[in-house]
Amino acid sequence: METFWMMLKAFLVGGVICAIGQIFIDYTKLTPARILTCYVVLGVVLGGIGLYPRLVEFAGAGASVPLLGFGNTLAKGVREAIQTDGLIGVLTGGFTAAAAGIAAALFFSLLAALIFKPKEKG
Amino acid sequence: MAQRRGRYTVVLDNPPSIRAAATVGSKKESEGPLGGMFDIINKDSYFGQTSWEKAESQMQSIAVSKALEKAGLQNTDVDFIFAGDLLNQCIGSTYGLRELGIPYVGLFGACSTMAESLCVASTFIEGGVAQTAVACTSSHFCTAERQFRFPLEYGGQRTPTAQWTATASGAAVLQNGDVPPFVRAITVGTIEDLGVTDANNMGAAMAPAAAMTIKHFFEDTGKKPEEFDLIITGDLGKVGSSLLADLLRRDGIDLGDRQSDCGLLLYDMEKQDVHAGGSGCGCSASVLCGHLLPQMREGKLRNILFIATGALMSPTVVQQGESIASIAHLVCLSTQKSGGVF
Amino acid sequence: MNLTKEEYNEMTKKASPPSPAAKNITMAFLIGGLICAVGQVLIFAYQNAGMDSELAAGAASITLVFLSVLLTGLNSYDNIAKVAGAGTLVPITGFANSVAAPALEFKSEGFILGLGAKMFIIAGPVIVYGVSASIIYGLIVYLFGLY
Repeated sequence: METFWMMLKAFLVGGVICAIGQIFIDYTKLTPARILTCYVVLGVVLGGIGLYPRLVEFAGAGASVPLLGFGNTLAKGVREAIQTDGLIGVLTGGFTAAAAGIAAALFFSLLAALIFKPKEKG
Repeated sequence: MAQRRGRYTVVLDNPPSIRAAATVGSKKESEGPLGGMFDIINKDSYFGQTSWEKAESQMQSIAVSKALEKAGLQNTDVDFIFAGDLLNQCIGSTYGLRELGIPYVGLFGACSTMAESLCVASTFIEGGVAQTAVACTSSHFCTAERQFRFPLEYGGQRTPTAQWTATASGAAVLQNGDVPPFVRAITVGTIEDLGVTDANNMGAAMAPAAAMTIKHFFEDTGKKPEEFDLIITGDLGKVGSSLLADLLRRDGIDLGDRQSDCGLLLYDMEKQDVHAGGSGCGCSASVLCGHLLPQMREGKLRNILFIATGALMSPTVVQQGESIASIAHLVCLSTQKSGGVF
Repeated sequence: MNLTKEEYNEMTKKASPPSPAAKNITMAFLIGGLICAVGQVLIFAYQNAGMDSELAAGAASITLVFLSVLLTGLNSYDNIAKVAGAGTLVPITGFANSVAAPALEFKSEGFILGLGAKMFIIAGPVIVYGVSASIIYGLIVYLFGLY
């Protein structure tokens, strides 16, 4: 039951975050690339002021999977790196925390490009 | 001898004949309402090549060969070839026509290229410097996407005003001769820009150019829309076509149900998910060469105005905040070599 | 044509059909939510396999990235995105797709200047501004002793 409840929360919160992104696409002149960039920066801010970690606690993947969660991860990484390494952590924290996601996307994409070919749409 | 009428129009007293024409398309085009008009369909949009650019070149090469074959001519019979496409440095044409050994004039008019190449080819023939000339253009959905928009596999959503670049090519052989139809007059367009910046709304960007050229033609010649069976624009799509009608109405010109658009004919607007319609040089080129010219030869259409529209867009300057400049060139075609419309 | 750019802008707005926002937003909610729910299932699975919650969340993200790149390679992700809009854009799968798509597309210009150089042509700004924001945040944290 607990498991199901958590999945439902992930679905609802993640869905709402995506729906807000769609509202920006349909009702403003913002391009998707700009919206994504704003989401990440906003994630850093919300993570920085401590709001986003609470949402992650509440909704799990519903908060960590959207790009806001990526920003939150960056903020958290910097905070933790400063605690252990001091000033140098300001520079190392973000990339260290984001390393898994970026490296995975980069390397899997390299492999995919070696194997697959683009096709005409539809 | 060609004669200037008014400021913008040239009337050809010895009108060149469009002796033959050929069209090449791919899968999506073959599934559209005009699918049957294509001379050559290759459902593999790579056209057996290793890159999209090579595929587009291949299409032009096939289209020109087929057109010459239909006209019963050899490469060596052709004095000039006028061609262009959407790609940087017109590589679709350059590499597609590289092996032909025909004197080549590269043209850039974006999606207006079919009309632009017909304008130049017909005046070269009328002026006596060419006996035979070929006008040719192409577009490919995939080359256009990767140059102007996003990689093909990128998950983007198109807006309802976006248009679908046709994977198609058209080539026409022009000659001094008596085979209808004939190019009776041309109006070369002026560059128009009413400040549209949305690269997903090309129809709106191009409608003012089409309106201006059509207005110039009627003012220069004193003709009326009623004298034509069809007044067909290149690829304004749904949005641009309705804007064109509005713009012309402001100037007291009513095209009525003579107005049509190649971008609305090539695909099934309901079923083929092309949003506001087709676009690309190949769209108007294939509709003209595969659909309109045959109807003229059969006598179903007698006098038409073909106005291919082009958004002279560069992603670089649009990113710098520039608006999209556009152009439209008009070609007046008739089944009669003299008399009639002029 | 006596028409100002402002007047034409008004005409254009009237003639251009709006995006089907209600449908788009619903689909973004459903598919975006679904991707997050799948992420949650993965987190549970990795936790059951003995990972702590933070590691499990990281592993779940990597799995989603993998699936997204795979679907991109199989020419499916863009077809889902056509319907899902922000639902496939905003989750980390959208980030992965925006890396994989140019990698595939620009391979034809070679491994170095094509694939390698253009891989981050869309996702680059996300990293540039995300990491920069985190550095500014870090400076504030450090200077004001908020750690």
